[in-house]
Amino acid sequence: MEKSLKRNDNTDQLERMKFSFFPGCSLKASGHENTLSLLKFCDKVNVDLIELEDWNCCGSSSAHSIDHMVSQNLPMRNISLAPKGIPLMIACPSCLIRMKSMYLKIKKDKNLQKEYEALWQKPFDDELEIIHFFEIFDRISLKDYIYDPKGKLKNIKVAPYYGCMLSMPPELRLEKNYYGVMEKTLSKLGADMISYGYGARCCGTYLSAAKPKLAEKVVNEIVSKAMEAGAECLVTSCAMCHLNLEIRCTLKNPIPVLHFSELLSMALGVQDQKKWFPRHIVDPVPLLQKRGLLT
Amino acid sequence: MIDLDDSHKSLLDEITASSGIDFSSCLHCKTCANGCPFLEGMDYPPNGVIRLIQFGMEEEALKSSTIWVCVGCNTCSSSCPMAIDIPAIMDILRHKAIEKGVKIAEPDILNFHTEVLNTVKKYGRTHKLEIMMRYKLKTMDLLSDMGMGLKMLKKRKLDLTPSKIQDKKAIGKIFKKK
Ligand code: SF4
Ligand code: SF4
Repeated sequence: MEKSLKRNDNTDQLERMKFSFFPGCSLKASGHENTLSLLKFCDKVNVDLIELEDWNCCGSSSAHSIDHMVSQNLPMRNISLAPKGIPLMIACPSCLIRMKSMYLKIKKDKNLQKEYEALWQKPFDDELEIIHFFEIFDRISLKDYIYDPKGKLKNIKVAPYYGCMLSMPPELRLEKNYYGVMEKTLSKLGADMISYGYGARCCGTYLSAAKPKLAEKVVNEIVSKAMEAGAECLVTSCAMCHLNLEIRCTLKNPIPVLHFSELLSMALGVQDQKKWFPRHIVDPVPLLQKRGLLT
Repeated sequence: MIDLDDSHKSLLDEITASSGIDFSSCLHCKTCANGCPFLEGMDYPPNGVIRLIQFGMEEEALKSSTIWVCVGCNTCSSSCPMAIDIPAIMDILRHKAIEKGVKIAEPDILNFHTEVLNTVKKYGRTHKLEIMMRYKLKTMDLLSDMGMGLKMLKKRKLDLTPSKIQDKKAIGKIFKKK
């Protein structure tokens, strides 16, 4: 094993964890590089992901916008597919919100539980844990997998971008809050985290298709604020935000936008960048080379 | 708190009943409006829509562009001092607008949502390329943003073939009208 990639000696003795995994449409289609790097990362930190069998779209923004019943049934079916006894992990913040709010709604409402059981012919599992990808860091310690974590992403100036979907709707306000996870994790790996005040600003979601001018304005605002604050790249945890930040930015020389999972995988020594970076509109390779993170 | 006489209350009551929120508690402090990233695309600020409902101006509320431009980003609800679920109100108003057949202020946005659900109905999952093409056809706006579409194809951000679910019967159950 190459010295710089050497992990702590005991990683093989660490128990492997098992999660079921809901990728969702964004990650499955436009965000291939996000999925690929996420799977690699999980494998490296001893997490086995089992894709939820035959999952369907969570309904996204469109179902709850125009069809209440469909917006309930779509996440319900996914919940009914989740295997018992292991947490269901979701990486897309929008899917997470849809699935988790529906799950909690059924849990609270006996009538809905009956409806669910009649429709999907399965008892409702009131112990199912639905977690976001970020919650992996509550369960593992990166230090177990990396020697000299501080050196991994040394000196790269990163602006974390969460987007709005992690700002929880009122019904999820008592649930876990995820802000700060990227700062905490990436700074442990040596990255220089930039605060710029726009990390939770909405990226425009589907207005990017229906009202591109409105999306352009918010995207340019987010990217330029990060640049003014001295960021060399943005890092996102949402495949849809990533897409919007890339395609709707009309600034002259915008900084690249990386997926959180890409940076994490790189810190763990994954060498698959050739599969990820050609899919980016702003090529992150020159920056990563300049910072010595890629050769 | 603004108390109005009962003749204004029908929409207010309906929304209170379906959302379970007493949004008549709105202070009109405009925190929601100040924080909303898409305010300039709206005819009324978010609290303005609440005001319309409080005044019983149902038609104006249902015909407003605000209810369509709102993406439900929760920037407003997470800073509202009264914890009003503004996106939930917008959802209910959109459903009402469709149900009552009023003139939709932002037909393009409704078209987009419809095309998304059409692909979900067909495949169980969304198919971006098809959504974009059908949406473009419907809005007869074939040329704008062409460059963007091509760029996305080149960067393989649009899969050519849809990803589908196996259990076709499940889609039927999901979309079955009661
Ligand atoms: S932030 Fe809340 S209380 Fe203030 S105007 Fe908006 S809805 Fe009303
Ligand atoms: S949820 Fe709607 S009204 Fe509220 S800030 Fe977001 S876009 Fe504006």
